[in-house]
Amino acid sequence: MELSFRFATRPTNSYQMTIDDSIRKVLKDHANLSVDALTVAEDADLYKNGMTSQTGVNVMLALEGAFDFEFPDTMLNRSVFQTIANIRAAVQKLTEKN
Amino acid sequence: MGMMELPDLLERVRQIGEEIIGPNAADVDGQGRFPTEGIEALKKEKLLSALVPVDLGGMEMTIDDLTKICTVLGKYCSSTAMIFAMHHIQLACVVRHGLSSPMLRTYLAELVEKQFLIASVTSEVGIGGDTRSSLCAVEVDGPRFVLNKDSTAISYGAHADDLVVTCRRNKDAASSDQVMVLLKKGDYTLEQVGSWDTLGMRGTCSPGFKLRSTGPVEQIIPGAYGDASSQTMVPFSHMLWGGLWLGISSAAVNKAAAFVRKAARRTPGQVPPMALRLAEVSNKLQSMRANVNDMANECAALQRSPDGNEAMLSMGFALRMNNLKIYCSSIMVEIVHDSMLVCGILAYKNDSEYSLGRQLRDAHSAALMVANDRIYAKNASLLLVHKDV
Repeated sequence: MELSFRFATRPTNSYQMTIDDSIRKVLKDHANLSVDALTVAEDADLYKNGMTSQTGVNVMLALEGAFDFEFPDTMLNRSVFQTIANIRAAVQKLTEKN
Repeated sequence: MGMMELPDLLERVRQIGEEIIGPNAADVDGQGRFPTEGIEALKKEKLLSALVPVDLGGMEMTIDDLTKICTVLGKYCSSTAMIFAMHHIQLACVVRHGLSSPMLRTYLAELVEKQFLIASVTSEVGIGGDTRSSLCAVEVDGPRFVLNKDSTAISYGAHADDLVVTCRRNKDAASSDQVMVLLKKGDYTLEQVGSWDTLGMRGTCSPGFKLRSTGPVEQIIPGAYGDASSQTMVPFSHMLWGGLWLGISSAAVNKAAAFVRKAARRTPGQVPPMALRLAEVSNKLQSMRANVNDMANECAALQRSPDGNEAMLSMGFALRMNNLKIYCSSIMVEIVHDSMLVCGILAYKNDSEYSLGRQLRDAHSAALMVANDRIYAKNASLLLVHKDV
């Protein structure tokens, strides 16, 4: 009961928190957002919050460095990097493959 | 309605080029004046609404066919071709991103009837030519907006009916969080700042302007300009420019070829020495044409495909479109220059039938309008993460 309550309010587990923390850290260091990357909503449009195609490339590079993978070209488009949730989905897809 | 097939339409445009646009090109260039006759002639053929969907009365022309029209125009007058191309780049943004808006649909139907000419307001004082950043913002108050922008250059601004302006979504938005706004005649005033006395592309009449405007909020084009830029503004710009630059280049090579043939007729059995250079420049022209056709086919296929819009947001597509622009703008200068070497002093003279001075001056604009170095820098950045080169 208590467990499901916790899942309902924080739909995350510790593994996902680690991914999210890393993504937010990368965004804070490289996306040049006009809002705080550590607290911005996971479905907020990052491009509307100051990320440009140039800083977007920096984010991609930093994520590749942080997770030690390479994004395939098919993932290199605006929508994949538009929100934290989208980035997490991409990161999970690539880390699960390994 | 009786719509012309592409070959007939291209032939009609060629006739307009021969009879109206070409004969006026030297005066347009010399006076640095707007090519009124040519644009009026294109309006008569309803060509300013070529991209508008058939159900709104237009031709629903595809990007590859429109590129071919630009090539024909480029053979006769670079400025006329550039104005035609720039109009269609703006029109493409409205057609491809504005059809969900009833007001914009009505506008497009009216454009078919009245053949409005649309100019683009992207550059901005304090930003320069980086179209993906704005300082100015559209400020919405109830049903209306106010939008003011100091632009460093608006091509044919004083001659356009309507404008498409890039700006920030609102006054709190980040510089890259942009939208496009359509301004109709009567919505805006333009105060010219500076002049347009340039080496080439003189007929585009592109000085700076201070824009002041207000209009109904329905004229704010739906969606994000960031997406529209990748999916429409950049591909249409690079494609249509590539098309008209191909026209300029092929006109130069045609002159060189005519010159060599004439020389050859004087000495049958002996290949004139400049024929070798003609062979060399024809090789460059073929590469340029192949590049234009290849990207035109890719763009047209993507626009037909259900996931084309998503694919146009990919880095690979952006890289290829950027390469098209860089290649065509660079090779065109070589091609016109080489053609001049073939014809010699007669190409250098302004009053000879082999004169290539205007084409050479026009050609030099291409590497500057959206500076190739800026585009190379973008590609350099993309190649840090893009893999399939």
